[in-house]
Amino acid sequence: MSDVANREDALALLREMVRVRRFEERCVELYSAARIRGFVHLYIGEEAVAVGVLAALTDDDDVVATYRDHGHALVRGVPATAIMAEMYGVQEGCSRGRGGSMHLFDVGHRFYGGNAIVAGGLPVAVGLALARKMQGRGGVVACFFGEGAMAEGEFHECMNLAALWSLPVLFCCENNLYAMGTALARSESETDLVLKATSYEMPAWPVDGMDVVTVRDATRRAVESIRAGGGPHFLELRTFRFRAHSMYDPERYRERAEVEEWKLRDPIATFVERFAFTADDLEELERTVADEVDAAVAFAEAGTPEPVEDLTRFVTSELGRT
Amino acid sequence: MSAEPVELTYRDAMREAMRDALRADERVFLMGEDVGRYGGCFAVSLGLLEEFGPERIRDTPLSESAFVGAGIGAALAGMRPIVEIMTVNFSLLALDQIMNNAATLLHMSGGQCNVPLVIRMTTGAGRQVAAQHSHSLEGWFAHIPGLRILVPATVEDARRMLAPALEDPDPVLIFEHAGLYNTTGRVAMGSDPFDITRAAVRRPGTDVTLLTYGGMLPVTLAAAERLAAEGTDAEVVDLRTLRPLDDETIIGAVRRTHRAVVIDEAWRSGSIAAEVSARIMEQAFYDLDAPVERVCGAEVPMPYAKHLEEAALPSVDAVVAAVNRTRARV
Repeated sequence: MSDVANREDALALLREMVRVRRFEERCVELYSAARIRGFVHLYIGEEAVAVGVLAALTDDDDVVATYRDHGHALVRGVPATAIMAEMYGVQEGCSRGRGGSMHLFDVGHRFYGGNAIVAGGLPVAVGLALARKMQGRGGVVACFFGEGAMAEGEFHECMNLAALWSLPVLFCCENNLYAMGTALARSESETDLVLKATSYEMPAWPVDGMDVVTVRDATRRAVESIRAGGGPHFLELRTFRFRAHSMYDPERYRERAEVEEWKLRDPIATFVERFAFTADDLEELERTVADEVDAAVAFAEAGTPEPVEDLTRFVTSELGRT
Repeated sequence: MSAEPVELTYRDAMREAMRDALRADERVFLMGEDVGRYGGCFAVSLGLLEEFGPERIRDTPLSESAFVGAGIGAALAGMRPIVEIMTVNFSLLALDQIMNNAATLLHMSGGQCNVPLVIRMTTGAGRQVAAQHSHSLEGWFAHIPGLRILVPATVEDARRMLAPALEDPDPVLIFEHAGLYNTTGRVAMGSDPFDITRAAVRRPGTDVTLLTYGGMLPVTLAAAERLAAEGTDAEVVDLRTLRPLDDETIIGAVRRTHRAVVIDEAWRSGSIAAEVSARIMEQAFYDLDAPVERVCGAEVPMPYAKHLEEAALPSVDAVVAAVNRTRARV
């Protein structure tokens, strides 16, 4: 189980990582061109985590993400068109332009949002899992959060509750070493994150988050155990954010050399090197991804702003409307 | 429950309402601190564990944020949770989930994620439990778009508000005043629809309108009785729903009597009393014969000592005095 099944499998994993990378590179351009505003948090460098974890889930499982959510939404199957339209703030967006970059939602894909309160998505994930258990539905809730969330009270409350009630939650800690600008050792008295999780009587292990196959294997192992009634599991996915925390971040808190060192472990470049894809394979892949991103931008550009008269819609449910 | 009126306490009424809901709908469950084995901090859920079992009457750890958020998640996934928070002061530990998720998810998701959740909590003073168990913060929650805020002040409302709250596709917060749990009343569970969107006129009157809610209703009714003996016929309106406010009933009453006094146990600044007063000014200014008066809780963390606590709360005397001030104006 520790490797790809075949060439198609490897190409599929690569394709997902490249989709996320190219989509976000385009987001940077569009932000500079002022087509996208607000906060935009890039996932570049961390792609192997979302791709590896989500590859081990089924369509019936639930996903809860953070404000750094473009990658998770794309890989989960939310159309690139709807995501880009959301960034444009038009009503064709996956959240009708009400959420923006940090709040991508698609209930049809069981994607319960980009949550922009650090650790704020964890209680919701616990509740989704509680419902699954009470309804006897099986399945898993994958909940992503950064290591910064582990200093929040909500994290500890949720680890305790999920373990106490043996709920089917996969806690996916994306440890990129910096909570915005605060290094792990400057925010945690105990920097061994797996130890924290195991103190809640929860199986937990560290994972090389720069290797998509390793991530998928670890997730498969955890998910298999959860599906068998093993209760919540915790993965510390060790990764690194290559870009700034948000769009304009002078990065005073880390050394250039550290970033460069991590870039040597680029999850896409190392994967390409390891599997020796043909030039034709790569060209074809890049071309189709570029087409997808182009189509997403064209879709968003053609999008229509929601009428201002609709400003107060969706504050409460519209019974009888869809 | 039969259609014949039955004598109940407010506490019994809330319990019977939950029992009905749990029997009627498999999706309904109750969770919170000590709701099961202990029977509820105020004995509201006493006996429900025995009838419905620990899956549906869930004792939680002391983790307000986690279990309120879990209620949100479970509601998103098709359950109909009733989450009990022991007191309103503790709800502040769950404010992130209530504000940033329960009230916000529907809008932020462009209409996809409605949250059919009911949160019940105890509110109010009068028991000498001091500054961390006695406040009336329902006005804070009434500030938040996306929430419905209900305040049952009578046994009938305690008995009948929960069912429509559970039918609401969006989050509903029910504030139960601790001082009301032992009050009694006769309630008939008729099949007539129960409207949680309307205020109620509890006492008709022609000279002045007294607007109040929750634990201040008995105080206000007592003041109205004293005023009647003194020759002033006061109308008493129970707001019942703090969000959305029932402007039609409020403004209609003021247009009849031309004078209004708002009685609110909470702090005056930025209170529901302030909001009601502003709406009267906006919508019925030229119907008024006197400025709107407010009788509110003193702006102080609630003290323990009995005489100080009493001094911090609106009293019958203070209500009567406020009415007499508005009556003195021509």
